[in-house]
Amino acid sequence: MRIGLFIPCYVDALYPKVGIAAYKLLKSLGLDVDYPEKQTCCGQPMGNAGFQDKALPLAVKFDELFSGYDYVVAPGASCAAYVRYFHPEIMKESKCTAAEKTTDIVEFLHDILKVKSLPAIFPHKVSVHNSCHGVRELGLSSPSERNVPQFNKIIDLLRLVKGIEIVEPERKDECCGFGGMFAIEEPAVSVRMGQDKLRRHIQTGAEYVTGPDSSCLMHLEGIAKKSGEHIKFIHVVQILAAGL
Amino acid sequence: MSTSHSKKAQLYQTAPEIVTRHDLTFWNVRAKRDAMAQNLPEWEELRDAADRIKRHTETHLDEYLIQFEQNAIRNGVKVHWAEDAREYNQIVYDILSSHQVKKVVKSKSMLTEECHLNEHLQEKGIEVVGTDLGERILQLMKMAPSHIVMPALHVHRESIRDCFESTIPEYEEFKREYFRRNPQLSPDSTDCADPTMLTFIARLHLRNQFMTADAGMTGANFGIAASGDVVVCTNEGNADMSTAIPPLHIVSMGIEKLIPDYKAMAVFQRLLARCGTGQPTTVYTSHFRGSKPGGEMHIVLVDNGRSSILTNSEHWQTLKCMRCGACMNTCPVYRRSAGYSYSYFIPGPIGINLGMLKDPKDHSGNVSACSLCMSCDNVCPVKVDLSSQIYRWRQQLNEIGLANPMKKCMSDAMSFVFNRPKVYTSALKAARLVNVLPDFMVYSGINAWGYGHKMMVFPKESFHSLWKKGIENVK
Repeated sequence: MRIGLFIPCYVDALYPKVGIAAYKLLKSLGLDVDYPEKQTCCGQPMGNAGFQDKALPLAVKFDELFSGYDYVVAPGASCAAYVRYFHPEIMKESKCTAAEKTTDIVEFLHDILKVKSLPAIFPHKVSVHNSCHGVRELGLSSPSERNVPQFNKIIDLLRLVKGIEIVEPERKDECCGFGGMFAIEEPAVSVRMGQDKLRRHIQTGAEYVTGPDSSCLMHLEGIAKKSGEHIKFIHVVQILAAGL
Repeated sequence: MSTSHSKKAQLYQTAPEIVTRHDLTFWNVRAKRDAMAQNLPEWEELRDAADRIKRHTETHLDEYLIQFEQNAIRNGVKVHWAEDAREYNQIVYDILSSHQVKKVVKSKSMLTEECHLNEHLQEKGIEVVGTDLGERILQLMKMAPSHIVMPALHVHRESIRDCFESTIPEYEEFKREYFRRNPQLSPDSTDCADPTMLTFIARLHLRNQFMTADAGMTGANFGIAASGDVVVCTNEGNADMSTAIPPLHIVSMGIEKLIPDYKAMAVFQRLLARCGTGQPTTVYTSHFRGSKPGGEMHIVLVDNGRSSILTNSEHWQTLKCMRCGACMNTCPVYRRSAGYSYSYFIPGPIGINLGMLKDPKDHSGNVSACSLCMSCDNVCPVKVDLSSQIYRWRQQLNEIGLANPMKKCMSDAMSFVFNRPKVYTSALKAARLVNVLPDFMVYSGINAWGYGHKMMVFPKESFHSLWKKGIENVK
């Protein structure tokens, strides 16, 4: 199975370790993993800001770079969701083939590979951050608003890790307030949402907050550091790849 | 780069404990709604059914409106059509003045807010008394609603006590009456902002209003085409009081409120209160088919922009909304910024959209009030695509010349870099993105990111650069 590794721009720049963990984990599962070097950004920052037209050339380029792989896998739920659900709409007339093969690494491991065991050991208590686009676009967990059977693919995978203790905060899938351009346009509300979310994570007594989106974690970490909180942040793939 | 919402919301944050209280109050309503939703196994099917019925009705509105009118006329009701707010206000005034009405009691209607009917009638010398408790409190305080279902939930009881004391002439008399009827309570040991006492005072006050009114007005939660009935849902019975005592009843109804028949009504009846307040049903679900004996009933069907919304392929689904308020209660931004941060009288996700449909120039400042978390889409009982519509409005701001120049400039810069892999890679290498990515994250006014965050630390090497060096060797 040929995998195109999609490393979202801010992960590339700020969290290369998340990319490395994703790569190593996929390799360890026997996959042929490639990283198209000309990739940049999926276009979501512009789209959410109201300039989706500027995302068009990026969507076209993305499709060109990734259409040849069996699956496109990203350690980033929000970016994967943008590619899958928005690229076809943005590209309208032109054929868009990569979008439907694009997955977040959590759903890829859970739904496609159906991973049942991992060598990882992580003897820590973690609070799971269910990011909005993971929950409500990709369906990584059942949204708390809906009357549907309860599930959480992130937790399913974390349960394969030895020594880990998994908890969720109160209001388990309320938005943390990042929202890309939202954090810039509405800093006061965005930060307040982040403070509330952070407090609920801390109240679980966890050492780490973990989730499928480094963007939410970046937002929460920035707030935590500013207020002198010591809770740590780690992308879920770094836990799943622990020891590799 | 501040929008009107972000400025007001920032001011609202200056009292964090008020934000906490507001957030918790409305989160609790959402939690009650969740409990209701979880208790009905067929919940999601109900939402699907409600969505289908509304889609069908809104797209066959011409037929249903005529059917509704014919049936209402057959029931002895006088039906009026108002194209806009001005015509609506005129029609209501004409009906009232032809009956020499001096005082009107009104149960809650967001349509009268939308058309500024109260102000219009009061200018013409007709007294208008809102009889929904929340609405009455706001009227006495000269404040606007902050929420469409619980309009005064943001007002604290101490302020309500102060307001009653200064605006209700019989306040002391009613208070004495309260203790006369509750001899076990002592005025000295009772909290002077005791909710039960305040409610009792409001009740006596409103009772006097009902008894002395010449006309009653109600809104309409639903209009039933097959029978010509109007259904009004309240918790206080004030719609019934408003219509049972005065001889004249005027219903104000937006044309989108129609549903085909009672079978459809059964679906909405199960959803409305569960979504809105977390109750299995409102305390009163009142069905009005005709006037009381010797009285008159009028229905004013109001368009006021609705038919043009129907022709808007990207936003017509807002017409499905039945104003339950669930999207506000779940909205993390609404809960932390409250109703007055929004420029339109309807706040929250549905209000952002309806405001833009009313007038983009006046209300584009609300479009920023959304983190695109999509929680609203998942609570909406009729499945309005709220967050997608907000996303689409953002795309349209540029076309209508309302896009923020700073934001546009940032998007241009991002676009320039992201479209040039070589520039992107060298930017990563050279500046560790400090001159590129932070444009989106840091840049804005002075430093919006720095408002509440410590800056992120950029690693020495990007993933790109590590890949080029040979990722296998990276520890």
